[in-house]
Amino acid sequence: MDLKQQRRRNTVITLVLALGSLVIIQALIMAKVIRSYQMVTISTICINIILAAGLNLVTGFTGQFSLGHAGFMAIGAYACAIFTLRDGSLVSFALGVIAGAVLAAICGILIGIPTLRLKGDYLAIATLGFAEIIRIFAQNLTITGGAAGLSNIPKFTNWPMLWAFTVITLLLIVAFIHSSHGRACIAIREDEIAAESMGINTTKYKVMAFAIGAFFAGIGGALYASTFYILKPTTFGFMKSIDILMVVVLGGMGSMTGTVIAAAVLAIITMLLQSFSELRMVLYAVMLVAIMLFRPQGLMGDRELGVPEFLKKRLKKAPKAE
Amino acid sequence: MDQFLQQVVNGLSLGSIYALIALGYTMVYGIIKLINFAHGDIYMLGAYIGFAVVTIGGLGFFPALIIAMVLCAVIGIVTERIAYKPLRNSPRITLLITAIGVSFFMEYIMVYFVGANVRAFPDVLPKTQYRLGSIVINLQQIVIILTTIALMVLLQFIVHKTKIGKAMRAVSADRDAAELMGVKVDRTISATFAIGSALAGAGGVLVGIFYNSINPLMGMMPGLKAFVAAVFGGIGIIPGAMIGGVSIGVIETMVSGYGSSMYKDAVVFAILILVLIFKPSGLLGKNTREKV
Repeated sequence: MDLKQQRRRNTVITLVLALGSLVIIQALIMAKVIRSYQMVTISTICINIILAAGLNLVTGFTGQFSLGHAGFMAIGAYACAIFTLRDGSLVSFALGVIAGAVLAAICGILIGIPTLRLKGDYLAIATLGFAEIIRIFAQNLTITGGAAGLSNIPKFTNWPMLWAFTVITLLLIVAFIHSSHGRACIAIREDEIAAESMGINTTKYKVMAFAIGAFFAGIGGALYASTFYILKPTTFGFMKSIDILMVVVLGGMGSMTGTVIAAAVLAIITMLLQSFSELRMVLYAVMLVAIMLFRPQGLMGDRELGVPEFLKKRLKKAPKAE
Repeated sequence: MDQFLQQVVNGLSLGSIYALIALGYTMVYGIIKLINFAHGDIYMLGAYIGFAVVTIGGLGFFPALIIAMVLCAVIGIVTERIAYKPLRNSPRITLLITAIGVSFFMEYIMVYFVGANVRAFPDVLPKTQYRLGSIVINLQQIVIILTTIALMVLLQFIVHKTKIGKAMRAVSADRDAAELMGVKVDRTISATFAIGSALAGAGGVLVGIFYNSINPLMGMMPGLKAFVAAVFGGIGIIPGAMIGGVSIGVIETMVSGYGSSMYKDAVVFAILILVLIFKPSGLLGKNTREKV
């Protein structure tokens, strides 16, 4: 089995699994097994997957530690809310999502060019600073509704739409990672100086990864606005960035399947601990420290889980037996 | 002009609190290259300890200050032992995420036990006001500034004249070489955490006096601003943290006084980003080259 065939087979299996989830959950919604309460959790999972996949590209695959993802999310959310509040048609929603994503990406580039020269913790603090600035502006501008925020945002999202956005996001980011650009990003993560001396334009690829991450954060934010009706500037504080980072870290920096699993696990834990919200934060904190102490690579490390992976192992063993 | 001088006085008292927190950031960063996100929460714990000593213990300002400093030092050592020591040879990102986790742990364990509501810090000092021309100075402000100066002098003495200070400087210059020379690295790092946390605890009590209110999440924003102050002055450099803290305090008061208080936090972060872009080593920092 050559590589091309194998890859095609992987794609088919992934698509079958993805379509399966769409059909099963849609059936459960129609059968009224999943009600609006559970639907909130499912929407959160989808939105968090979109946000965390973008952050994973930046932090997990390119090795640039960003603590400002909530800022880009805020841009997408407010853009979408402002567009849909104006006339409330599906077209305005589509325009809002696009505008949010593109604006976030532009901000990503503008922020990325100066700050991505910084390394490690300095970059983390600079991105945090930018996210705080975005939040403070959202809190003080009239177009974003000031400290009260925006409410009564028309709802356009439903399960198939969230599903489609999630799957397309994952496919695009995985495709990017497997492209030559993506390999350049991984090279930067592994050793920036070595990558640079091999002729990789590190700044260009770092900014590229950052802009893509911001783009999807914008989409995630737009979907958030449309799903949860209300936007408040405080939602997009430091805490939100940590929430997203937590998904990436728990799943494993550099593992997309890890991100998906972690988003689901964390959302379900949150749902179960709904009535003890203070305890939930304590547990969250303990979990974060415990993961770092005992399993810093996260659930999946940088490996991917999947049927294809499992098959590959079987196939590798097979020739030996012959 | 009078208003300007008044703002300077207000800025100096706020700035000296930032400087106290920034010192802890800078010392810890200097010695183990960790941005200790939990540092702002140690300061919050200091404020709560001070609050407890004054309201439950019925003691005055100085006992509150000293008890808060001692307890915060212990908390600092314990945190380092439990959360940071096992990760000493891990990548710095791992350490940074751990610090964020510790920070949230402290915040929400306090929310869990004492509630998220804001408490009024009791008046431990008489509300005397002094007039210098048209400038009004509170007794509180004088106490804050004098305490800060005393603590800074003490810190300079410890760092430059004592054996443990010498060990701290040695470990921060080159940990491996210091260890080979017989410096007890673990003990030195613990001492650094203890001193840094004690200063933050003092800052917490002082801020209780300054703002009259405390809550479990109060450490987040001043913690970040103190970090900005540390970066502004040159992280890892003790006089840098003092200058940075005072400058950030004065700038912040000026922005609220003359511009809009809504944007004062944004200005602080904008300064951080400008410093990081144009002179990442800070005001007093030296440029270092990265070796392959």
